[in-house]
Amino acid sequence: MNKMPEKILEVKNLKQHFGSIKAVDGISFDVYEGETLGLVGESGCGKSTTGRSIIRLYDITDGEIIFQGKDIHGKKSAKELKQFNKDMQMIFQDPYASLNPRMTAGEIISEGFDIHGMYKNKKERKEKIGTLLESVGLNREHANRYAHEFSGGQRQRIGIARALSLDPSFIIADEPISALDVSIQAQVVNLLRQLQKERGLTYLFIAHDLSMVKYISDRIAVMRRGQIVELGTADDIYNYPVHPYTKSLLSAIPLPDPISEATRTRIPYEHEEVGDDAKSHEVFPGHFVYGTDAQVKQWYKH
Amino acid sequence: MTQSNENLPKISKDKFTVVGGKHDQTDQLAAKSVSFWKEVRLRFMHNKLAIVGFFILIIVALMAIFVPWLSPYSYREQLGVYNAPPSASHWFGTDDLGRDIFVRAWMGARISLFIGITAAVIDLIIGVAWGSIAGLVGGRVDDIMMRIADVLTAVPYLLVVIILLVVLQPGLLPMIIALSITGWVNMARIVRGEVLSIKSREYVLAARTLGANTTHIIMKHLVPNALGAILVTMTLTIPSAIFTESFLSYLGLGVPQPMASWGTMASDGNNALDTAPWRLIFPAILISVTIFAFNAVGDGLRDALDPKLRK
Ligand SMILES: Nc1ncnc2c1ncn2[C@@H]1O[C@H](COP(=O)(O)OP(=O)(O)O)[C@@H](O)[C@H]1O
Ligand SMILES: [Mg+2]
Repeated sequence: MNKMPEKILEVKNLKQHFGSIKAVDGISFDVYEGETLGLVGESGCGKSTTGRSIIRLYDITDGEIIFQGKDIHGKKSAKELKQFNKDMQMIFQDPYASLNPRMTAGEIISEGFDIHGMYKNKKERKEKIGTLLESVGLNREHANRYAHEFSGGQRQRIGIARALSLDPSFIIADEPISALDVSIQAQVVNLLRQLQKERGLTYLFIAHDLSMVKYISDRIAVMRRGQIVELGTADDIYNYPVHPYTKSLLSAIPLPDPISEATRTRIPYEHEEVGDDAKSHEVFPGHFVYGTDAQVKQWYKH
Repeated sequence: MTQSNENLPKISKDKFTVVGGKHDQTDQLAAKSVSFWKEVRLRFMHNKLAIVGFFILIIVALMAIFVPWLSPYSYREQLGVYNAPPSASHWFGTDDLGRDIFVRAWMGARISLFIGITAAVIDLIIGVAWGSIAGLVGGRVDDIMMRIADVLTAVPYLLVVIILLVVLQPGLLPMIIALSITGWVNMARIVRGEVLSIKSREYVLAARTLGANTTHIIMKHLVPNALGAILVTMTLTIPSAIFTESFLSYLGLGVPQPMASWGTMASDGNNALDTAPWRLIFPAILISVTIFAFNAVGDGLRDALDPKLRK
């Protein structure tokens, strides 16, 4: 990144505890306008909780989330809330659970503008639905079909169209391809990239492994047990990982070449306790690693 | 650890052939769009037992409507032939007061079905309200509401019935109260379970991120998705209410003479089992067949609605 674009989202010391479960335990990061920040970590590390806290599905335990300069969990007028709903949207993981089986594709996509009363007549509504369907690579005529008539990939496209319906600037994509066939994953990732280019979208792209994330992310945050252990540009994370957990995740990616794949060894991750004095260290400009001074120094040498 | 593709041997593109792949952007949907309820109906119609049950219910309903209306006898008319066996003029025979059992049986069908359906509707109203509030509000409200339901089902049922018998005259009202006093708890539990599961589905989360309020979520998401389970529960409540009505009639809580329900007729007939068995047999058959039919329809509906069978 040469010129620093504006921050669209700032997360400061976000905590989300469910009783004794510390799903997210004090994470901080920024998202810049127009970029894709990949949020990666194994299942259960708190990625969805992070996304859902940012989009106000959960009341947060502690911390601050600032979106377009405003504290999103602060008091809001009905008008501000409506604007927030339009500006930030989410794409969900499960293409089956994320579409109401009693609704047609058209009804699902138009739910947002039905709620916000964003059309003048039936014709305009139908036109909007058609345009959205086409923008995600589906057919206009599919508007009257029920969710169960579509394949997993097509259903995910409907979910994307729904997220686009209110013309947001920021989209949280919570493992949007994890439940899809590998052959379809790339198509959906390409669609997301194309939409980003066309509409100037900013993404928080959540994934449980690093393999697909590198193709879509500008920067990557690696999450483990409710904490961000490493954050940097996608290239840095790939080529110069510092935290042993990141190295372990990288070693788990299968290689497209059979010769190197045969010799690929998975580096197991051995957890080292971090003391209370652990903090975020900037090892390169824009590349942060979480640990104690001594740990980071030692990891960095490797 | 660095893994880049640069040190891989270059393989030219023409060594690859496309062997076909899944293309996702297709128009390959079935020719006709099938709504959820249409599909349920199709699946239901493939279930033979359910269809048999369905037609039995229609026949029972038609008989209950038309027989008392068209019959030459009235259900309370004493014809002077006592305990007569079934014959051409009295298809089901007569009872000890000389009343035609055929017309009484279908008059009884009206009462039994009325009691069953009323009990189911009361269960529906209380159970749906109770269960959906508990599920939606959650937390302590949910705890308290469900504990109240638990306590109600823990009170010995016969005790409640006997108290009702002492306080009220036997008749329709105490019968329906007796059936409803704990009957709704089952419906409330089922609705609560549905609400809890549906409200955390991703499509409800999506609606919330789009700015939907609670009314929208209830009307567009909760109701349409919980309707199936509610319908099945209701269909299965009716036969159990009809059965309990018969059982309570044996305890003397049945509708008073000369009115008849299947339960009171069977309980009367029980006393004359060796001399006039038809007085017990016909109402007993009607009770069993109707309960079977409702259960078959209810099970058929449940199978037709089960999303696990959906492709
Ligand atoms: N609503 C909730 N109530 C209680 N615990 C939760 C809730 N949501 C998530 N958790 C717990 O928080 C942790 C993180 O979950 P999640 O954010 O879904 O992880 P991820 O998306 O990374 O797989 C898990 O241990 C999960 O069980
Ligand atoms: Mg998740």
